[in-house]
Amino acid sequence: MRSASVHYKWIAFSTLVRKEVRRFLRIWIQTLVPPVITISLYFVIFGNLIGRRIGEMSGYAYMDFIVPGLVLMAVINNAYANVVSSFFSQKYQRSIEELLVSPVPNYVILAGFVVGGAARGIMIGVVASVVAMFFSGFHMHNIFITLTVLILSSVVFALGGLINAIYANKFDDINVIPTFVLTPLIYLGGVFYSIELLPDFWQGVSHINPIFYMVDAFRYGILGISDINISYAIMMLLVFVVILYSYAIILLYRGTGLRN
Amino acid sequence: MTTAISIKDLHKTYSNGFIALNGISLEVAEGDFFALLGANGAGKSTTIGIIATLVKKTSGIVEVFGSNVDNNSYETKLDLGIVPQEVNFNHFEKVFDICVTQGGYYGLPRKLAEERSEKYLKQLGLWDKREQQGRQLSGGMKRRLLIARALIHEPRLLILDEPTAGVDIELRRSTWKFLQELNRAGTTIILTTHYLEEAESLCRNIAIIDKGEIVENTSMKALLKKLDTETFILDCRDDLQGLPTLDGFDLVQIDNHSLEVTLDKNQDINEVFKLLDQQDIKIKSMRNKTNRLEQLFVSLLQNSANRAATTQEGRS
Repeated sequence: MRSASVHYKWIAFSTLVRKEVRRFLRIWIQTLVPPVITISLYFVIFGNLIGRRIGEMSGYAYMDFIVPGLVLMAVINNAYANVVSSFFSQKYQRSIEELLVSPVPNYVILAGFVVGGAARGIMIGVVASVVAMFFSGFHMHNIFITLTVLILSSVVFALGGLINAIYANKFDDINVIPTFVLTPLIYLGGVFYSIELLPDFWQGVSHINPIFYMVDAFRYGILGISDINISYAIMMLLVFVVILYSYAIILLYRGTGLRN
Repeated sequence: MTTAISIKDLHKTYSNGFIALNGISLEVAEGDFFALLGANGAGKSTTIGIIATLVKKTSGIVEVFGSNVDNNSYETKLDLGIVPQEVNFNHFEKVFDICVTQGGYYGLPRKLAEERSEKYLKQLGLWDKREQQGRQLSGGMKRRLLIARALIHEPRLLILDEPTAGVDIELRRSTWKFLQELNRAGTTIILTTHYLEEAESLCRNIAIIDKGEIVENTSMKALLKKLDTETFILDCRDDLQGLPTLDGFDLVQIDNHSLEVTLDKNQDINEVFKLLDQQDIKIKSMRNKTNRLEQLFVSLLQNSANRAATTQEGRS
């Protein structure tokens, strides 16, 4: 009996990643330009105009304080949006059947979409960081932690996007989670403030928000300031990756939303 | 002889309770050109969906070249090429990329995937369109692209679900020729089609499926032998001066130049010519009125419906 070799899996995986990257580069005007414009507006309005009146936060100018959160916000949104829209549109056009009838194992399908989404998230993160340098100085406290958080956050939200797309039956369904779940979690995840400013109760609530750990750890990597223990934050990110991966792979093996 | 596909007691009941397949069993030998016929909703696409693992079966066994699709999906999928009924490629991808990507999914190194894409796009007359997006192709070209894509990994078994639906006659004929060459080169082909002429011209063996059950599974030759009557259109050289009367034959006048005659198994068309000649009516040409297979197909489905009605009456 023949079985799929590592070489075969690598070819299938790299084909899928190449296809995903080609997709978001082909429609760059929709995928790469808007986040840059959005983040520039955040820097101008919140960082520059309002930030000057706020002064310092956790020992840094307000502009410097919000840069990591804004960069990560762009990363999260794009990693999620890439997978949810790509996977769902393939489901909608039924071109996902190209993959489903092929011998590509489910975990390779999952890895291909997640890496494709993470690639867009990371690319946007790099572009957003370059834009940020025009508004604030360059800071890098710990590049290892910064990159680890960047990659893990992209993966977590790419997995989230995949799960959303698996369940989605119509285009409305892929907008519900970003609008009603993702955006509130990002805004309440400490992008614009330190949770030390919140009452005790809301500080406790913030700890069940996964985005809080990402923003806090990412800010630590760049500025060296944090509201929580960094090892704990990274461990929480890994837990989210494991939980979401396990859930997504079960859905793929069951064929939920894909096979009759 | 090796069996390309073996289906045993296959059942499929959808979640809404609809029974799509009610225990079908089927074997197709390696190298065969096999037709699976049935009306809309008969269960053809469900059967193909189960073989392709796009549809989950309720029970039964499906083996491709002796390997169970449930246990050896990697192996069976490498042997299988599927041309679906609906266009299912990414409409915004370029034609060439669609084929190369599919090659990658089957483990072909990029260079080989590009070579195969060129080979099949050329064979199917799509090489000039390789830089166009899928959505820019005409309906017939889209169907041929589906065939090219399914062949990229050179499967031993190719299953085509209505590959020429909506395709003009010229393209349909060229697709037939291509499939015949492919079959001669050793690829086993299973075809579902609405064009019964297609099945009659291409396929050696045939199964007819109705309401999720196989009502006929035999060779095309044996099936056509079951035909009781055959109707011919006779084109006369000169204007007819009314309907001629021939002893033992039913004639119908279609127009001033054409007659229709129906013969049963024991009658001879030469007798018709002889009798017409005696009345000084010369025949210029002759053709079959209906597709023979179509006639049989309708009669088989009618028999199946009658059997079902009788069983129902017996129960009530």
